[in-house]
Amino acid sequence: MANRALGAPGLGGPQPLTKPGLAASSQARYQPLLKAGDSHLADRFFFIAILGCGLSVLALVGLIVYELITKSALSWHAFGLKFFFRSDWDPVNNQFGALPFVYGTIVSSILALILAVPLAVGVAVFITEMSPRWLRNPLAFITELLAAIPSVIYGLWAIFVLVPLLRQYVQPGLARYFGWTGLFEGPPYGIGMLAAGIILAIMVVPIISSITREVMTAVPQQQREAVFALGATRWEMIRTGVLRNARAGILGGVILGLGRALGETMAVTMVIGNRPEIAKSLFAPGYTMASVIANEFSEATGDLYLSSLIEVGLALFIVTIIVNMVAQFLVWTVTRGMPARSNA
Amino acid sequence: MPSSHSSPDFAAAPISLWRRGMNSLATCLAATAVFLVLLPLAAIFAYLVYKGFGSINWAFLTQTPKPVGEPGGGMANAIAGSVYILLIASTFGVPLGIGAGIYLSEYGRNQFGNVIRFTADVLNGVPSIIIGIVAYGLVVLSQGHFSALAGGVALAIMMIPTITRATEEMLLLVPIAVREAAYGLGVSKWRTTLSITLRTATSGVITGVMLAFARVAGETAPLLFTAFGNQYWNWKMDQPTAALSLQIFSYAISPFDEWHRQAWAGALILIILIVFSVTAVRIAASRGMLKGAS
Repeated sequence: MANRALGAPGLGGPQPLTKPGLAASSQARYQPLLKAGDSHLADRFFFIAILGCGLSVLALVGLIVYELITKSALSWHAFGLKFFFRSDWDPVNNQFGALPFVYGTIVSSILALILAVPLAVGVAVFITEMSPRWLRNPLAFITELLAAIPSVIYGLWAIFVLVPLLRQYVQPGLARYFGWTGLFEGPPYGIGMLAAGIILAIMVVPIISSITREVMTAVPQQQREAVFALGATRWEMIRTGVLRNARAGILGGVILGLGRALGETMAVTMVIGNRPEIAKSLFAPGYTMASVIANEFSEATGDLYLSSLIEVGLALFIVTIIVNMVAQFLVWTVTRGMPARSNA
Repeated sequence: MPSSHSSPDFAAAPISLWRRGMNSLATCLAATAVFLVLLPLAAIFAYLVYKGFGSINWAFLTQTPKPVGEPGGGMANAIAGSVYILLIASTFGVPLGIGAGIYLSEYGRNQFGNVIRFTADVLNGVPSIIIGIVAYGLVVLSQGHFSALAGGVALAIMMIPTITRATEEMLLLVPIAVREAAYGLGVSKWRTTLSITLRTATSGVITGVMLAFARVAGETAPLLFTAFGNQYWNWKMDQPTAALSLQIFSYAISPFDEWHRQAWAGALILIILIVFSVTAVRIAASRGMLKGAS
């Protein structure tokens, strides 16, 4: 360690360089600083303590993996891989299949992304490239504020404001004009997949837009000037000069948002309807992996029931980890080093 | 263009109507996106203040929940429970997180440091409900019942990666020369790290801690089957404890108007609690009151 080499003269006492007397007096003067545990031993202890803290991060993730795998073993042995392809969830008869939850999680998250991505990219483009300079920081701060609202408050707002709005105005309209697609059929409860998708979209917008902003800022200024010099309008500059260079990073932001949407629990649980069914209509109630755990975990009677819920958790864990890793890699390709070389 | 070479004419060709139209359209769309994103934010805050403010009264702040049908009652035990659980979480999470951050910045500029850094990022992305399952397995199962401690452990696990990465980032901002100056005076590494490097970065580290605190303060999912909730006061570590977020959740999904009203009030209190504690610590840090803490 380099620091020990640096600290060494102090520890051994200064070597007499010129006159012995001077060295001795200066050593006496610095004595108080050198006392009080300034030894290799103290350094050693400190290093071990700090290393312990660092290792605790590793240990925690190890513990999560261990807990999830051992506690879900029972359900894994009972159902195997079929667990994720069966759609019966029947605690009374000890039959468990996670397909409705997998379906609900995927559909609600994709719906959220479809709604959130254009908005988030639009916000990022506006803040970094279009807005007047004095408006930039306030706007960025306010959009970040959305990320600070606890999920249970989103859920509360969704139940009492968003859901009635959907039931009275939005869903009848959608059913009348787009009912033929089959996506907007059935009675407009308000509560259901659509409400979950919308509230998730509101929650992931700040994540996607803050990553998009970060990535767009990483695009070199010369890139913009070069496109302007060719006579482009501002939008053409943004499209060809900025967005195209930043698109790997923007995709990373989108996937990071997906990771958040997949694991989001409370707000979704409060509005999705919590029924383990697979329906084509977005008006129908559904269920997600996170919300089934939230709703049923503390009431799960029987080892197999609990173990099945933990297996749902394990699957959710693995998927979010992979999604987050991919996202971080994509963002990294843009923000570290040069813009991604993937121009078509 | 060879013709322009002989007689340079740099007057820009007029931009076609189509291109100008597209430019305006894109600007309008981006502005619309900003509006659409700010709309729910404004709506949420407006409803919080509008619905919550009228329901906050002395009883709400000092009483425990009343059974259905009886008017009045409040969330005093839930407010105290939230503070209690957060204190437990900070006791575990803050030292571990800062320690791991110190490791990464002062000793972790190597392959092993990268592994820990990556693991911290992984931990940051784990859904909060999964953390709840793990805390349940670790604490609740070994204790035999739901407890404040279990809730605190769950929140601590969520705080650690945020604090770790923020601490690392802040310590790396401290110039190497500052450390070298300390080494040059013969100060050992541990004292340099604690009373020079960490102290220089105190306000940044505190900001990171508060960020983590704000993030977990409103968490509900990991408390569902750890702290579990409680209708009464509880100050025992090993007993189920009420929490504001849990109370908001169970009141919000209940069918009673009185409880809905209280859920809004609780939500407003929760937001105020988060904003208040974050600003208080920020102000304390900026006035130097916490400088000695590290």
